[in-house]
Amino acid sequence: MLRFVARRLLQLIPILLGLSVLLFAWVRALPGGPAQALLGEKATPAAIEQIEAQLGLDRPLWEQYVQFLGRAVRLDFGASLQTGRPVLEEMARRFPATIELAIAALVIAVAVGIPLGYLAARRYGTWLDSVLVSGSLLGVTVPIFFLAYLLKLVFAVQLGWLPTAGRADPRAYAEHPTGFYVLDGIVTGNLPASWDALTHLILPAIALASIPLAVIVRMTRASVLNVLHEDYVRTAEAKGLLAGTVTRRHVLRNSMLPVTTVIGLQMGVLLAGAVLTETVFAFAGVGKFMADGIVARDFPTIQGFILVIAVSYVLINMIVDLLYGLLDPRVRVS
Amino acid sequence: MRVYGKVGRIVALTASVGLLAAATACSGATSTGDGESKTFVFGASDDPKTLDAAYVSDGESFRVIFQIYETLVALKPGTTEVVPSLATDWKVSDDGLTYTFNLVKDVKFHDGEPFDAKAVCYNFDRWYHFKGAQQNGDISYYWQTIFGGFATQDSESAPKTSRYDSCEATEDSVATLHLKQPSSALLSGLVLPAFAIASPKAIEEGGTDLAINGDSIAYTGGFGTKVVAGTGPFKFVSWDRGEKLVLAANETYREGKPALDRIIFRPIADATARMQALQAGEIDAYEGVAAADIQAVKNVGQVVERPAFNVGYVGMNQKVPLLKNHKIREAIAHALNRQALLSAAYPEGAEVANQFLPPSQWGYNNSIKGYEYDPEKAKQLVAESGEKDLKLEFWYPANVSRPYMPNPQAVYESFAADLEKVGFTIVPKTVPWTPDYLQSIQADGKGQLFLLGWSGDYADPDNFVGTFFRETTPQFNLTDPEIQGLLNKGLAETDQAARQKLYEEANQLIFDYIPGVPFVHNRPLLGLGKNVSGYQPSPVSLEYFKLVKIEG
Repeated sequence: MLRFVARRLLQLIPILLGLSVLLFAWVRALPGGPAQALLGEKATPAAIEQIEAQLGLDRPLWEQYVQFLGRAVRLDFGASLQTGRPVLEEMARRFPATIELAIAALVIAVAVGIPLGYLAARRYGTWLDSVLVSGSLLGVTVPIFFLAYLLKLVFAVQLGWLPTAGRADPRAYAEHPTGFYVLDGIVTGNLPASWDALTHLILPAIALASIPLAVIVRMTRASVLNVLHEDYVRTAEAKGLLAGTVTRRHVLRNSMLPVTTVIGLQMGVLLAGAVLTETVFAFAGVGKFMADGIVARDFPTIQGFILVIAVSYVLINMIVDLLYGLLDPRVRVS
Repeated sequence: MRVYGKVGRIVALTASVGLLAAATACSGATSTGDGESKTFVFGASDDPKTLDAAYVSDGESFRVIFQIYETLVALKPGTTEVVPSLATDWKVSDDGLTYTFNLVKDVKFHDGEPFDAKAVCYNFDRWYHFKGAQQNGDISYYWQTIFGGFATQDSESAPKTSRYDSCEATEDSVATLHLKQPSSALLSGLVLPAFAIASPKAIEEGGTDLAINGDSIAYTGGFGTKVVAGTGPFKFVSWDRGEKLVLAANETYREGKPALDRIIFRPIADATARMQALQAGEIDAYEGVAAADIQAVKNVGQVVERPAFNVGYVGMNQKVPLLKNHKIREAIAHALNRQALLSAAYPEGAEVANQFLPPSQWGYNNSIKGYEYDPEKAKQLVAESGEKDLKLEFWYPANVSRPYMPNPQAVYESFAADLEKVGFTIVPKTVPWTPDYLQSIQADGKGQLFLLGWSGDYADPDNFVGTFFRETTPQFNLTDPEIQGLLNKGLAETDQAARQKLYEEANQLIFDYIPGVPFVHNRPLLGLGKNVSGYQPSPVSLEYFKLVKIEG
């Protein structure tokens, strides 16, 4: 087990090195430059040249890369071109928001997706199955920004149940010791603030969950259908086990293995989807910061964000691999 | 299958109860905290960069700074007229080199420090002694525009000489500015938030360091991010980047406590999301109402327009041989149906432009009537020009909305069709606004025909035509000793009547030369909630929130 974890962590090194080269090369190859991004409309050629010299953009590429790598190892991505604050500080402050949102979306996707997928499989071929299958197709294909617009129009503008944007009511006062707003309210004994943060989380979480939810529905349905036709299920039924026992111990548990893999992979979709979702909901997480960074050609932020996301992604999938062992004793983490 | 029916039902029930709970459990979410205090929530497009006024030139920073700090002279609300502010009155010496400002008395900064002539001079001296990175064109843009260079030139791109000489605290409440060269734009320029007077103690306590950190410039000082103290109607309270910036009323403001108790700036990048936030009552105002959203905003509130103080133009790069031909330029001017474009793609209130500065700016030449839309005449001019190859690249920016150009693609499509009608072959060129488009057009001069514009920073014709044509710029590549001579003379002249004549003359010459075709003075739109009153739109986008009232 320990050796497995150690080996997976070692595998991270070449992945990250490769990624760092790609990132560095890609960002530099883009037309325009950070100097122009900094100066904007009022730029003069002389001012651009001066900024490039100050930023070291006029030095040889390999020299810039070595510097970049040296700093990246120390988690020093430089200062964001948008705010002038260190990227690490900016990411650390915004990461709780994104994690909160991703967890909420994952909870919705799993809690709704697995039951619906199971239901579709049990009602295979009925109208309910068709509705769920085509509904999940819709979930995969509807663009997040459009879904977000509709959700806001219905639940915020028309019905007035939920807020349209942000992480908390700007008019209300709340302290944020941890940065996880829902948790902060509990920690500081300000339960209305927790409730407020939760209401701000629902619409973006639904929008963000749409794709993983649809994928999980389809995966669960296919997986359950497969398992239902296994001999051991028929045997279990034949020997007179209670329906609930068959479902829990034989059908669900066996069909969860591929679903777990998919959930792990969907974490990547969630983190990537956060870029768009956070922007349309003005949700101050790393995703929105990244989106702003792309517009502003904020090299340090883009690089830092992608590296951090890549590391999280590899780590999450390692955890998923470890979970296999729990779900299926036959899988040995070796 | 029947044996599993019950389980299926339970699962379905759980799922639907979960969804239902998620949907209904939140009906209490729209309560807006305290009902007693008057809070005004403004939906901004972004956070300010910093609240150190001397380091910024962008609109979102200025909007907040404008409520916290004050300048020596200010603008009469809703106009570009210079009126007293921290200076009650002033005297300019005959040679234009000495400005004596009488200051308001018994005013304190938000940190309790007294406001006096020493504080004024402390600020001017700070700006004049900017070093290193502080001298780059982005950080101290407006100082360089109005005063030129610094005590010592650290940066090659900074102007070599400065118009500023010194500031003297002649008495407690009299500050005297000494200049090395007269600057006719000085008073109009001093209204800019970049020249806000901050508490010297706050500046020193917070620190104003700038650092080259890795790949970029960082505002490492605490002044402007943690320590903020001006003399204005609102005080800085807190700033949670990406979420909100809070200001509170200055109870001891010299004109009396403002009507609002608190202002909250809420950054929402997406314009549609801002509109929905206004519809849902989460914000009370936002800037950048799209033409398509006007009715939706009117349904829940009000739409107000800023006076037109900008210009959008089709530029013609003089580097391009075809565009060097005056007949061709004239043909283009007659070929463009500007009124049709404005009727189709601009909100009501947009005016056809004939000059590179708005009509409300003095220096505007009233005798210029403009090139009328006449495709027949354009065809004839093309024939007379003797040019055979009529292919032109037409550049326009993608995915951007500017105050003078809400939808660049619509402008391009309309004008390209007009030009093809009279015989030109138009090749579209489009790249994202920043940095690609600006780099291509402004720095590299790659444009042939191109769409661009300008929003006035302050009320001086030099801010428009001077910026475009006083020097040869890559975008226009215009070198014309007569036009450039006049514009330089205009900047140096101190007599107002003489200046006005010089700029009117320059505008006639520019009109005759046709380095581009100005096509619009647009009125940018703001959306306000129903219960907001007293919001006075400003031509230069500097709006006083001290005048805003909120009912209910």
